Amino acid sequence: MCLAIPAEVIEVLDEDVALMEIGGARKQVNISLVDDVSTGDYLLVHAGFAIEKVDEGEARKTMELLEELARLDEVP
Amino acid sequence: MKYLDDFRVPGAVRTLVRRIREQGGEHTFMEVCGTHTMAISRAGIRPMLEPSVDLISGPGCPVCVTSDRDIDTAIAVAKLPGVVLATFGDMMKVPGTEGSLADAVSEGARVRVVYSPLEALQMAREDRGAKVVFLGVGFETTAPTVAATMLQAREENIQNLFLLSFHKTVPPALRALGSLDEFSVDGFVLPGHVSAIIGSDAYTFIPDEFGIPCVITGFETTDILQAVSNLIRMRTEGPAVENEYSRAVRAGGNPKALSAMEIVFEPVDAEWRGLFVIPGSGLALKEDFRDFDAGAWQVELPERAISGCRCGEILCGRIKPPECPFFAGECTPESPVGPCMVSSEGTCASYYLYCQEEE
Ligand code: SF4
Repeated sequence: MCLAIPAEVIEVLDEDVALMEIGGARKQVNISLVDDVSTGDYLLVHAGFAIEKVDEGEARKTMELLEELARLDEVP
Repeated sequence: MKYLDDFRVPGAVRTLVRRIREQGGEHTFMEVCGTHTMAISRAGIRPMLEPSVDLISGPGCPVCVTSDRDIDTAIAVAKLPGVVLATFGDMMKVPGTEGSLADAVSEGARVRVVYSPLEALQMAREDRGAKVVFLGVGFETTAPTVAATMLQAREENIQNLFLLSFHKTVPPALRALGSLDEFSVDGFVLPGHVSAIIGSDAYTFIPDEFGIPCVITGFETTDILQAVSNLIRMRTEGPAVENEYSRAVRAGGNPKALSAMEIVFEPVDAEWRGLFVIPGSGLALKEDFRDFDAGAWQVELPERAISGCRCGEILCGRIKPPECPFFAGECTPESPVGPCMVSSEGTCASYYLYCQEEE
């Protein structure tokens, strides 16, 4: 039940509402719980609200770590 | 962002499993998040790690820990004249003493399934004659969304939206588990999205007071394996709280969400189904919001009955679902005896759906 889905901000409509792309559909999401939202941000969406921003730099670091681990798998 | 949701890297899974095997030893870790429970079962992570790591599921599904008394109250409120109860779909089939909300609907109660508390607010705006009651269930991930909805209702002076707050908070439950005499878990895999709200600092008491290491992690197989490997390492290096989900979790959490919760709710003692009353683990509406509190309404409740469901022992990690005599016989997702079989995140349901061949 605590599942939150990462989704991209298409347009900030007003202080409290953004249009977001969720699973191929565009939906209005309440952004009043997150600071400084702008177009292109990725937010975690739960129960109609954005609950936190996804940090792109940290996401990239995690991916790089995984790619590193995957390379270790190829070493015989 | 290409790094957003595709963290499935098969080679990394193999490396991590090999690393965990090389680390050796015997470990019992508890995941405290229904979404992790489901991810672990679905991806078949338990058999990958056998026999050295045993993963058990804690009280991580808010639906499963909602007490039968609270379900009875929700049903009684839904049956009051003029009331429309709005709830997340997961709650419909949870058995109370005399049936579920779904049964109440067949007896004439008005219950609407919603995806967001904002839909309940919209219902209240559109039908001023109805008393719309939102059934507030969920941990810290959900509670701020409900708090923000109540703040919005107050701002708009909507007087026909009410809340039954059965929200619960995770740290007091972990403290209660850690304090049990017979509790023998070597590490916690901590929830990603609860932690996005409360932050990693909220858990420092676990290594400090109980000497148990913790890792906050995400929901991909690699996230969970990484958490397991780090927990094993900390068993020798010393316990701490590590944050493997830094893409969404900060040390202090989300201050705006925390402050919405703080304005609307205050901690109260709450009963966790199958477990016991945990001090300060519930969220009740503050005095200021008493006019919105459907929990203060007078309703008649049936006398409590004992179902024989063993969810409580499952949630403390004492038994596994197949050890319950009802499992997969009398108790199935279609006809659940206990709450852990209702939500797809419940431990019994996730075993039923994905793990029966394992046993
Ligand atoms: S199998 Fe059913 S009755 Fe047994 S513990 Fe699980 S939910 Fe309860």
